[in-house]
Amino acid sequence: MRGSTRFRAAAAAVTTLSLLLTACGGGSSGGSSGKVDPNGTFTVYGTEPQNTLIPTNTNELGGSKAVDPMFAQLVGFKGDNAEPYNLMADSVTTSDSKVYDIKLKHGWKFHDGTEVKAKNFVDAWNYGAYAPNGQLNSTFFGNIQGYADVHPEDKNAKPSTDKMSGLQVKNDYEFQVTLNAPFSVFAIKIGYTAFAPLPDSFFKDPKAFGQHPIGNGPMKFVSRTPNADIKLTRFDEYQGQNKVKFKDLDIKIYASQETAYQDLLSNKLDFIETLPPSALAGSKYKADLKDNLVNGHLLGISTIAIPYYVPGYDNPNLRKAISLAIDRDQITKTVMNDTYVPADGYVSQGIPGYRPGVCKSCHFDPAQAKQLFGQSGFHGKLTIASNADGGRKEPLVAACNSIKNVLGVECDFVPATDFGQWRSIVTGHKLTGMGRSDWSADYPSIENFLNPIYRTGASSNDSVYANPKVDAKLAEADGTADKDAAVKLYQQAEDLIAEDLPSIPVWDEKGVAAKSKHTKGVVLDFRRRADYSSVEVTQK
Amino acid sequence: MIRYVLRRLLQLIPVFFGTTFLIYALVWAVPGDPFAGKCGQQACPQSYIDLMTGKFHLDDNLIVQYFKYLGSLFTGDWGETFNGTSVGELIANSYPITLRLALIAVLIEAVIGLAAGVLTGLRGKGFLDNLVLVSTTFLISLPVFVTAIVLQLVLGTELGIIDVSVSDDPSFGELIVPGIALGSLSMAYVARLTRTSIAENRHADYIRTAIAKGQPAGRVIGIHLLRNSVIPVLTFLGTDLGALMGGAIVTEGVFNINGLGGLIFRGIQNRESATVVGVVVLLVLVYLVMSLLVDLLYAVLDPRIRYD
Repeated sequence: MRGSTRFRAAAAAVTTLSLLLTACGGGSSGGSSGKVDPNGTFTVYGTEPQNTLIPTNTNELGGSKAVDPMFAQLVGFKGDNAEPYNLMADSVTTSDSKVYDIKLKHGWKFHDGTEVKAKNFVDAWNYGAYAPNGQLNSTFFGNIQGYADVHPEDKNAKPSTDKMSGLQVKNDYEFQVTLNAPFSVFAIKIGYTAFAPLPDSFFKDPKAFGQHPIGNGPMKFVSRTPNADIKLTRFDEYQGQNKVKFKDLDIKIYASQETAYQDLLSNKLDFIETLPPSALAGSKYKADLKDNLVNGHLLGISTIAIPYYVPGYDNPNLRKAISLAIDRDQITKTVMNDTYVPADGYVSQGIPGYRPGVCKSCHFDPAQAKQLFGQSGFHGKLTIASNADGGRKEPLVAACNSIKNVLGVECDFVPATDFGQWRSIVTGHKLTGMGRSDWSADYPSIENFLNPIYRTGASSNDSVYANPKVDAKLAEADGTADKDAAVKLYQQAEDLIAEDLPSIPVWDEKGVAAKSKHTKGVVLDFRRRADYSSVEVTQK
Repeated sequence: MIRYVLRRLLQLIPVFFGTTFLIYALVWAVPGDPFAGKCGQQACPQSYIDLMTGKFHLDDNLIVQYFKYLGSLFTGDWGETFNGTSVGELIANSYPITLRLALIAVLIEAVIGLAAGVLTGLRGKGFLDNLVLVSTTFLISLPVFVTAIVLQLVLGTELGIIDVSVSDDPSFGELIVPGIALGSLSMAYVARLTRTSIAENRHADYIRTAIAKGQPAGRVIGIHLLRNSVIPVLTFLGTDLGALMGGAIVTEGVFNINGLGGLIFRGIQNRESATVVGVVVLLVLVYLVMSLLVDLLYAVLDPRIRYD
């Protein structure tokens, strides 16, 4: 294979040329009319995983692109609308949303041939939660009973045990989960990456496992060359409904998005889930891609948090005035080139329970904005801070300008060098003005947009917002077993939040991806990945 | 000569410690929590931070950290990245590719640069001289990333002659265009240096003597003129090979080449401090060795330069 590519490229150039010369007026369609190839290779854009390839230690896109197809969770989410369905679970039942009884489907196998049993889940979750293992996703197990024993709050305390009391194996295909407190969304939450089962071989040598993961998903691990590629292949004994229709998955790791995009345009790469700034500028991507543009629906939301600890900002009129002064329509169209849509609530559009217009002051109304700003009595300068890389800066500068023009107040964008520095400013409560606060869902539920962000003391409560009424409403919703009733309660919590405006919803990312002409039916899922089960590869 | 070499080798030791300590301090002592952005919008679990802090000795003071790092380095352990990949393995995978790329770049520099320099230096003013002057000025004024991206877009995307990105383990053929992009700047400098040096030495006494003795023109130019004129060029080429090993950062990034430059490129992007320190330490070694070799070559080329 080495050395031949250049020759092939040259040969291809020559053939294309001669084809062009001879086939003049032949009217060839020159498109993706190739036959579907069930043994084809699907090549996707990748970045180097930031952590080991273990579900409990993978939380970013680069790693989850490889980990997710290798592991199947109890619950899966449909690619196009994120609707949950039972994948490995035969049933998940509860009467009080505190004790969950989970039955598994029979006959599922790990890639090493061993059967997936209830204890594989229980062992994996215990491993993920156990503090000395230092797993990134350990907090996801936080509401299982006994979590505090395996993962004490105090960093110097030794865990008294390595097993959570809330996990009980009933038999090979059934186990029971008892939570600290009722949590109605648990049956959806277990679809998150961290809740995958692990085979017995993992516990013998986790480090070796990280180099060669063995899962129970539709694709199995073949090889990995750091900084170059991760190769997976179809697992033919896979039972789930999200089987893949191609054979090999080649996750090609790029140092630059631009290069990957160029590769995609020359059909050397089959899928990229995000477009580089140069392609977005002036909506160039629309002309570049035409039929190969893939529109998705990401479940995420961008807001501008207004911290309560900054003097002068704790003022409802000021909050409303700022929100009314941002021309969301124009910014999403011109600055963001139609890759975002205006947001008008705290929940991403497309989540069950989303209602349009929840936030009453999330539209553009210069007159009212000016009036409220006058009433607020605010003096001084407004600032919006964020990391400036990755296209974060431009829309916020535009928002600032919009505020400046409408309210006649100074507004500055304050850059941080990178995401790490930005997060340490936010978590250290060192903001001196407003700050970007984006959220993308770990699992598709209205709960995931409220609890982690607006509950008092929650892990991503950037505004340091605290409202006992909201906390009570969220707790009530968590404890309601009936799904629809729970959603209603979450909505009431959202209404309360919208009145306080701890952060200003600004836009919702649509998700714009691109595919090559060698692929059909690629769907972008809610976490910005290709839904591999939707993909068909044509002969090259 | 041997005493000189020994002295130079001894001098390498403090230079090595000084530079590597500086690098280590610059990379690891950057303000900010290295785990702040690792968990997205949420703060990382304390247990993860503790585990990583212990693994990278981050709770020791910088000097202790540095010596612990050096200690493992001397046992052949380059450390690990945050995702558990061995840095030694990363370097082992990527240095052959960078070496190939650097070799191509140096070849292009040396062959084209020297040829253009010699030709224009011998002929003096004229069309060719102006042509080289203009084209080298043009090349010198272009930053490497512009040259690389223009070559990539024109030859790759537009004309389809080359692949836009190279494969994981590229052949020499695939590396020619990236090599041109990488070597173009230095090629221009080599041409200029050679031209000046030749033009200066052309009228030297020993050349006149050689011609007067009836030596054939080829010998006069090849042995007498070139050998003496090439010393400043050699200094440049020698250190440039070191620079190319690391200077490939931009080029390797653009063409997605999996070499040392690409490794640093990604290391900086992802804040993989262990990778950055490891690769830069290696580059320091390459630099030191290259400059030693260049110094020793002087004596071979010009016997008047004696080191004892």
